[in-house]
Amino acid sequence: MTDQHQAAIDVRNVVKKFGNFTALENVSLTIRDNEFFTLLGPSGCGKTTLLRSIAGFEQVTDGEIQLFGDDIADLPPNKRPINTVFQNYALFPHMSILENIMFGVEMRGNDKAVARTRAGEMLELVQLSQFAQRKPSQLSGGQQQRVALARALAPQPRVLLLDEPLSALDLKLRKAMQLELKAMQRETGITFIFVTHDQEEALTMSDRIAVMSDGKVQQLGGARDIYETPDNVFVADFIGETNLLKITVDQIIDGRAHCQLGGGHKLTCNEVQGIGVGTQVHLSVRPERLFLSTQPFEEESMAATVIENIYVGTDVQSIVQLNDGPKMTIRTQNSELGNKAVFDLGTNVFVSMEAGAARLLHG
Amino acid sequence: MATKNFDLRSYKGFRFLTILCLVILYAPLVIVTIYSFNDSKSITIWEGFSFRWYIDMFSGPESAKFKLAAWNSFVIAIAAATIATTIATLSATSLVRGGMFRTRTLSLGLISLPLMVPEIVTAVATLIFFNTIGFDRGLLTIVIAHIVFCIPFAYLPIAARMQGIEDSYEQAAQDLYASKFQTFTKILMPLMMPGIISGFLLAFIVSLDDFIITNFVKGAGVETLPTAIFGSVKQGIKPNIMAISTALLAVSVMFVTLSYFVSKSEQKD
Ligand SMILES: Nc1ncnc2c1ncn2[C@@H]1O[C@H](COP(=O)(O)OP(=O)(O)OP(=O)(O)O)[C@@H](O)[C@H]1O
Ligand SMILES: [Mg+2]
Repeated sequence: MTDQHQAAIDVRNVVKKFGNFTALENVSLTIRDNEFFTLLGPSGCGKTTLLRSIAGFEQVTDGEIQLFGDDIADLPPNKRPINTVFQNYALFPHMSILENIMFGVEMRGNDKAVARTRAGEMLELVQLSQFAQRKPSQLSGGQQQRVALARALAPQPRVLLLDEPLSALDLKLRKAMQLELKAMQRETGITFIFVTHDQEEALTMSDRIAVMSDGKVQQLGGARDIYETPDNVFVADFIGETNLLKITVDQIIDGRAHCQLGGGHKLTCNEVQGIGVGTQVHLSVRPERLFLSTQPFEEESMAATVIENIYVGTDVQSIVQLNDGPKMTIRTQNSELGNKAVFDLGTNVFVSMEAGAARLLHG
Repeated sequence: MATKNFDLRSYKGFRFLTILCLVILYAPLVIVTIYSFNDSKSITIWEGFSFRWYIDMFSGPESAKFKLAAWNSFVIAIAAATIATTIATLSATSLVRGGMFRTRTLSLGLISLPLMVPEIVTAVATLIFFNTIGFDRGLLTIVIAHIVFCIPFAYLPIAARMQGIEDSYEQAAQDLYASKFQTFTKILMPLMMPGIISGFLLAFIVSLDDFIITNFVKGAGVETLPTAIFGSVKQGIKPNIMAISTALLAVSVMFVTLSYFVSKSEQKD
């Protein structure tokens, strides 16, 4: 009955003001049923505010939020089939783990026996059955996180909100939980809206990502879209590492923009809608899509000097100074020493890029 | 040790003052306690250890009067503390959790102000109030007066406890389909319980020990333990008073200690 692309949550022109301060500025996005959707953005950009508006803890100043086609403005939080995994978990300290998980099921009108069975299943799912009788304070952070997840999933909500649930965990546990969460979403088929300010986390887990800053959605798309074809400077800069170069568009021929970089360096890249000849714009190239050589690899290879090599485990990051131009960062995989070589400091090299690697950006 | 000279927390000489203060504070209590075990009809001459005045407390010539007074005190304290704690819990909920309504700061001040009003003023005012509305003085007037002055004592530990409870628990409960009322009874109340118990015990002991207000609003012939002791002492101090006072002291200390530990014990989670 629920087709893949039915909208679970439809946020329409939502504005949220705290006094004079605008936390959400005309946000519109559609979250599909059964999808793992991520809100990604720097601290203070309004992610929690949007999540709280969906959960019903904030009343929007303007606009509308629909849940499966119905406006939910007048529904209090306890009437919305939406559950939240809170950032600090907010497990009830006076209840056992089992009682915590039973709570939502009981409050939804099921009797104790049903709630107990359901909670038992959830405990099994998060592999904490042996801790059923413990109090939350007797569990580790990772275990508490799993209890919070089990508690939110137990009443079988239609949408699950997760506000930076992994931020308190160490790197290793976080990676493991990322996979677990992703698997759980796939198994349950519940729509997940996940909040994070960690771009790597967003890229690994999400079907689609909304990148936010300053209360606005900057770009919405799949991990690949956002990483490879960012819409603007903010997105390119926030997601992963990139070389942002100031350039001027000289001419556009057959959908290819011929650009001028300082110091007489020339670059060609795909044309982008709305960027015309003569405009000063930014160009973004990911460091891993550049490579160095001692001889020019192609016509547009740019002469440069190596000024720094930084060893970062899996990669070596080289910083080069283009002759009469800006600096650029190049990432070379540690194992792959073919034409992607690392050169000593001071070596005169040529920087070349893979076809289609450069992207023109608005702003 | 070199560090000792730089220890900013040590002020030499203040230790002596502290000990002096403690001696002045506790000497009378210690003396009363010791002499309550004196085997003598005199209150100043020590004649050996005995429980005689404690036995007298239960079977002596004045025992009937004191037993009734103690019973009155107990009933009044239970009633006053229960009602005052209920009112204080509800006020704390609305003041701490009710958001910023306009009279909030004013209400907060007003609820703890009675602690600073001289008790005699409250006593006189309460008496005048009862006279004005033509209320016959008796056990009921004592209970009403006690409820009123117990509220701030019950309120303080409850509000303190409540301020320490993050509102994320209540939000989590509502997120999990609990109504406002269910959130209050299933989440907020249990979390506040240490504060509520502590407030109840404090209110109980304040009511049990009260003399001034009780003395003003009690009807003729109705006595509580403190007023009965006072009445008896007016005719000269007898050793049985020391035993009764020591017993009352023991009960007070017990309750205050209990209240302290209840409010401390649960602060950890
Ligand atoms: N109740 C409030 N009153 C006033 N301002 C608020 C309130 N809640 C949030 N804000 C402001 O709105 C902005 C967005 O806050 P929000 O909590 O949504 O950020 P966030 O994206 O979740 O950040 P973080 O990653 O740090 O959690 C912030 O500038 C914050 O100061
Ligand atoms: Mg947040």
